[in-house]
Amino acid sequence: MIELTVNRKKRRYRGPAFKRLLDVLREDFELTGTKEGCGEGECGACTVILDGEPVNSCLIPVAQAEGSRVLTVESLGASSRLSPLQQSFLDRGAAQCGICTPGMLMTAVAHLRRGGAADPEAVRDALAGNLCRCTGYQHIVAAVVDAAKRERKRRSRAR
Amino acid sequence: MTSVGTSSRRKEGPEKLTGEARYIDDYPLEGALHGVTLRSRVALGTIREIRFDPSFDWSSVVVAAASDIPGENSVLLIEKDQPLLASHEVNHLEEPILILGHPDRAKAYEALGRVLVVYDEGEPVLTMEEALANGAVFKRYEIVKGDLEAGFREADVVVEGEYRVPHQEQAYIENNGVAAWEEEDGTLVVMGSMQCPYYVHKAMLGLFPRAPEKIRVIQTTTGGGFGGKEEYPNLIAGHAAVLALKAKRPVKIVYDRAEDMRATTKRHPARIRHRTGVKKDGTLVVQEIDVLMDGGAYATLSSVVLSRGVLHATGPYECPNVRVVGQVVKTNTPPNGAFRGFGAPQTLFAAEMQVEKVAAHLGLDALAVRRKNLFREGSVTATGQVLNESVGAKEVLDRAVAVSRYLPRKKECERWNRRKSAPSWRGVGLAAVFHGAGFTGSGEVYLRSRATVSLLPNGDLEVEAASTEIGQGTTSILASIVADALEVPYDWIRVSTPDTAKVPNSGPTVASRTCMIVGGLLKRSADALRRALEKEGIAWPPTPAVLKRAARKLCANGRPFGFVQEYEPPSDITWDDTAYRGDAYGVYGYAAIVLEVEIDKLTYEVKVKDLFTAQDVGRAINPLLVEGQIAGGTAQALGYALLENAVFENGAMANASFTNYVIPTTLDTPEMRVEIVEKPYSRGPFGAKGVGELPMDVPAPAVAAAIHQATGLFLTELPLLPERISKAMHDRAHRQS
Repeated sequence: MIELTVNRKKRRYRGPAFKRLLDVLREDFELTGTKEGCGEGECGACTVILDGEPVNSCLIPVAQAEGSRVLTVESLGASSRLSPLQQSFLDRGAAQCGICTPGMLMTAVAHLRRGGAADPEAVRDALAGNLCRCTGYQHIVAAVVDAAKRERKRRSRAR
Repeated sequence: MTSVGTSSRRKEGPEKLTGEARYIDDYPLEGALHGVTLRSRVALGTIREIRFDPSFDWSSVVVAAASDIPGENSVLLIEKDQPLLASHEVNHLEEPILILGHPDRAKAYEALGRVLVVYDEGEPVLTMEEALANGAVFKRYEIVKGDLEAGFREADVVVEGEYRVPHQEQAYIENNGVAAWEEEDGTLVVMGSMQCPYYVHKAMLGLFPRAPEKIRVIQTTTGGGFGGKEEYPNLIAGHAAVLALKAKRPVKIVYDRAEDMRATTKRHPARIRHRTGVKKDGTLVVQEIDVLMDGGAYATLSSVVLSRGVLHATGPYECPNVRVVGQVVKTNTPPNGAFRGFGAPQTLFAAEMQVEKVAAHLGLDALAVRRKNLFREGSVTATGQVLNESVGAKEVLDRAVAVSRYLPRKKECERWNRRKSAPSWRGVGLAAVFHGAGFTGSGEVYLRSRATVSLLPNGDLEVEAASTEIGQGTTSILASIVADALEVPYDWIRVSTPDTAKVPNSGPTVASRTCMIVGGLLKRSADALRRALEKEGIAWPPTPAVLKRAARKLCANGRPFGFVQEYEPPSDITWDDTAYRGDAYGVYGYAAIVLEVEIDKLTYEVKVKDLFTAQDVGRAINPLLVEGQIAGGTAQALGYALLENAVFENGAMANASFTNYVIPTTLDTPEMRVEIVEKPYSRGPFGAKGVGELPMDVPAPAVAAAIHQATGLFLTELPLLPERISKAMHDRAHRQS
């Protein structure tokens, strides 16, 4: 049995230890917000936050996540009450077909939580591992820049 | 209260942002089998024997073969040549032969490895030149205008050019997937990722004959299409259904990336030859164009792709004497199919490169040559169509040139390139294109699309159409159009999920037609609903309470009170399918681009530094969504130009993964300056034309033109990889020494 914390809830998994974290989240925990795009760590659609770091959950055997804290897109706001980052995505038109969106959001969340820079170049660097075929990234970068600016303002006020 | 022209928020945005939106792989299907596909390992051959490994436990595996198909073993599209499952002959690598199902996905894949197919192999035809020499032509078109010989006599200069474009993978991030099952009442249900539910419906009827209403096709949230989910889901739906009927259980087939890339359709590779006659001042007098496309092993949509290709082959220029010949041939490779632009990006790359070449021959700037010949109101196209309205060609070119500072920027690059110590070369490229909106020729007439706006029993207003939301914003723009026609808030309009049991056939979601054609039908439908309600004495605009009261009165027996509208061809649009003369499209969109590249002198890597594009879409129903389409299409085209190299070995893609088939990331894509130009179209809803494909046409030739300025190399084959630039550099150095 493997224990891990998913979206702040303790979870137990019984099954093959080398099952991909992606499949455990989707099949065993029924958290289908995390998507599979390529299964080889290239597209970033399956990005989740593992102990604070964005990772491709298709490359992580669940055994490696034992005792870890995992955050998925389901940990953000609900559709009736979006988080500020999700709201920026909506306002800027950053989600089109939506399949890359959960992974893109989780990478962006990690960037914001690190206090990442709000300039477009830094945001592009942070998102370089997440493929999107719809947007040309323009609106995604704008949404994350907006959110990063707000986050930095909030942090400087908090100091 | 107006919604049109404002950036209303995407209707289905919130559910996509929370992970609540359900794509086909997100549906748990009780008792479902995972279906996997056994595919041909040879490019041409006959199946001699299929052996099932006797040491494997086959008891819980269900196998479906061609003999299990109750109807005709062909996937209905345009021709009937493509079998759902090969039974005797195989015509390309990865051709489906059997469908295997098991409750456990890993077990299903394991079973796949335990089947051995023995073939008598034939000698496949793998190049389009060979296919042409053999006369294996699916379709040929010829467009003639004026007098070619007279044109060449009149020309001061004749310039020849040959251009090549490769396969391109759609690379939607959600792989293909479909589920199927039979209900107790005998209804065959198909649910999945797709662009065209009624295409699937038609194909299923041929494969599984039954009353049309006993086949139900439902679109699930679709993670990108770009044409790649136009016709291929017909096959997967058939595969899932044939296995589901045999197993008497639901079946779900979801491809992995390698299978999706290797087996499904791609953009048609093409070779395009130009012979162009011009006057010394750059005036075009004659264009002779030869287009050859590789269709792959079956006809699929190739004839229509070729048609759009030849109709755009001249570029957005008026020329008195034109001859375009196009042929699409059969090779033993996986069938090529629909991909955003649909033949036009191929021929427009060649057309724009040819302008560049002509300009270089004349010692003129390519901008001057374009300005001299560009379509304007009253221009006559190669098919004899008079462009009498909504011609934004000049506006988009002027806007792109102005905002980019094209001419001074070119000078700056020249200065930079004179510095021997500079680590890079720089260059500016320009291109201009047109793109026909909607189906070609009589296509819309044959389609007879229908769409409905209804007042529901609970007082809600609903749009019913089979047009799919695949990321481009269908749901939102249709709602905006209907909201404004009814003068009610955008939030009041619901758009129903495409489900053939519920929605009328508004045609396929392709060809940049949804906003213009389906939006137009819905506007008429909304107008009819409003007139009917006003006749009932309802003061306009109504309140929700008023609509509720009206619904109680008008929705007899709980049925929606709706107005279905059918496409009516405008009487003054005429097209001759045999002569290929007339109004090829109701209207065209126009786009221009200026971009600057920087090329590393050591690695020959090309970086697009700055990019400016102006695009005439008639009327932007939702500017934010239009910008999304333009930026997304531009990025996809930059991939086509610079990165995306589908390596074909022995007749199929050898680099079928995102590791080796590289699509643009955030770092390969520049910040873009997007300018929307609006030249309203009188027949489009609120003046709208199409936008989906237009942005795909214009970047590639501009990149090649920029590399031309930067290096002096005139490269004629995509993608413009560093290896190719390096080779051209060395060849040139060799020639000079």
